[in-house]
Amino acid sequence: MSKRNLALLLALSAALSACASKAPKQLPPDPGAGTAADSAQQGPIPGSQADFAAFARGQDTVYFDTDRYNIDSEDAAALATQAQWLMRYPAKRATIEGHCDERGTREYNLALGERRANAAKTYLASLGVDASRLTSVSYGKERPAALGSDEASWAKNRRAVTVTID
Amino acid sequence: MKSLFLLPFVLPLALITAPLLAQPVPPPTTAPPAEEGGLSGSVSDENDWQDLGIAITDFATDADVATGTNAGSTAQLGRGLSRIIAANLRNNGLFRSAGPDGQPQPLFGEVQAPSYGLWQGRSAEMLVQGSVRASGGGQLTVGCYLFDIALKQQLAGASWTVAPGDWRRAAHKCSDLVYSRLSGENPFFDSRIAYIAETGPKSRRIKRLAVMDSDGANHRFLTTGQAMALTPRYSPDYKSILYLSYLNGNPRIYVYDLASNSQRLVAQTGNPTFAPRWSPDGRWVLYSMAIAGNTDIYRIPAQGGASLRLTNAPGINIGGSFSPDGSKVVFESDRSGSQQLYVMNADGSDQRRISFFGGRAATPEWSPRGDQIAFTHIAGNFRIAVMSPGGGNLRYLTDSWQDEAPSWAPNGRIIQFFRTERGSGKASLWQVDLTGRNERRLPTPVDASDPAWGPIRP
Repeated sequence: MSKRNLALLLALSAALSACASKAPKQLPPDPGAGTAADSAQQGPIPGSQADFAAFARGQDTVYFDTDRYNIDSEDAAALATQAQWLMRYPAKRATIEGHCDERGTREYNLALGERRANAAKTYLASLGVDASRLTSVSYGKERPAALGSDEASWAKNRRAVTVTID
Repeated sequence: MKSLFLLPFVLPLALITAPLLAQPVPPPTTAPPAEEGGLSGSVSDENDWQDLGIAITDFATDADVATGTNAGSTAQLGRGLSRIIAANLRNNGLFRSAGPDGQPQPLFGEVQAPSYGLWQGRSAEMLVQGSVRASGGGQLTVGCYLFDIALKQQLAGASWTVAPGDWRRAAHKCSDLVYSRLSGENPFFDSRIAYIAETGPKSRRIKRLAVMDSDGANHRFLTTGQAMALTPRYSPDYKSILYLSYLNGNPRIYVYDLASNSQRLVAQTGNPTFAPRWSPDGRWVLYSMAIAGNTDIYRIPAQGGASLRLTNAPGINIGGSFSPDGSKVVFESDRSGSQQLYVMNADGSDQRRISFFGGRAATPEWSPRGDQIAFTHIAGNFRIAVMSPGGGNLRYLTDSWQDEAPSWAPNGRIIQFFRTERGSGKASLWQVDLTGRNERRLPTPVDASDPAWGPIRP
């Protein structure tokens, strides 16, 4: 590995670790053990939801503090990654799913999840993604990603997930 | 359609004479209240009548004949009726009820003329007896009589003619007769509950709209679970149910018609709608709608028409519960920075905050008596609490990890809510009376949430 590549890799890993402070990110799908040529042939269809997920590498989800819906710098970086892909495939539509942790009441959380999804949607639009391509839906506290009743699980559940429509 | 008639009968009772519509037969399918320093309100002590012992005998029949009910012959029906009444009075922590097992059983001719001597010296002060007769056209006539053993006197009596599918209603009517006569309170047993039945793993719970009688009988699932259903509310006339459904993928509120098993959108809008509520007269519907992340409360005629926006504050304004006279609405808003309770006039004017204590306050429900507001108090855990409409007299009724979404009994004396278990997320229906002492779990076939207690059946 050249020195230049090493420097790039270090910079990349520093950027990734900076994102890890608020909530654990999902690992990207296992690329498998094939050669580079095999991987290219077996990779997701360009422009598909699988392609979006592979491109986003966990950045398809942004996380929120308790009772909050603001987009912080970490969320902004994730949404920029999403916007990059969405700009590349201008015909693709996406839904942003808003979620809450289980410590709010059911109806309030439906409204709060909508607020979070809308915040992510508005931010994507501000980056140049046509708002007519984006819809939002709130699941409140009804669809948790992490199943524990503890701080770590709640942090993973206060989220907005972007899902592209195949 | 089968019909059910209430026959006015004997004694100084306020008896309903209007014909009743039968419901279709469904297919088979404690912690003590903590008083907060300085905030405790007056708790009416109900010991006087809660300690009353009531003996209940098998309802006697003049001729043991087959019936069109699922309970068997008229004699079997008589035992079934008295068991329902005994369970109603006992399960709600209202009285010490005994029987019908282990009690002397009256002959048909003794139903209205008990042998008082037989009952003196036993533990009961009150006696409930009744009769069952097959009437014309497969109908059944049920008599219900309450006696004071020491006074050797009948206190109340009534009879009802019911269709076979409605036989349990006669037992609930009798329970209401006894309860009202002895407590001085309004009835509540002859009522139904809509709720959300839950199955499946925590990450992907299946949530179905379901209904049942106040004692859990006549249970029926109304939706399949394909689309997630939440937050039902029975209409005051029991003909329809407002609820939220994810039909077509997005949360919208619908009104479900129970006669036709069909539903329609309450408001035609491209925006998500939540938290549907009826006005007490059934003429209006409140709903909450999110636009660009901001949620506000709207009012629309139940039959359709133009919506009126009631709140216009940045943040989440949601829910709402009418005062019994329909003039005011208590609702939830985070405009101050956290969920709190506010009261406004029914046209949206004069909005003012009423909850000023620590923590957050959510899901307010105005008592049918008008004197209290029940809500979910959030301070880490969720607890069911009541307060006066003016904002004072905060009182906790439950103490668990998550008790949410109170719903009042028709008479404003009991509150149902759902309790979620930490970790598993499993939910169940519970009820508690206003003393906070009598708390019990309601039987449901599967896990359950969002109870919505309807009024006394018409």
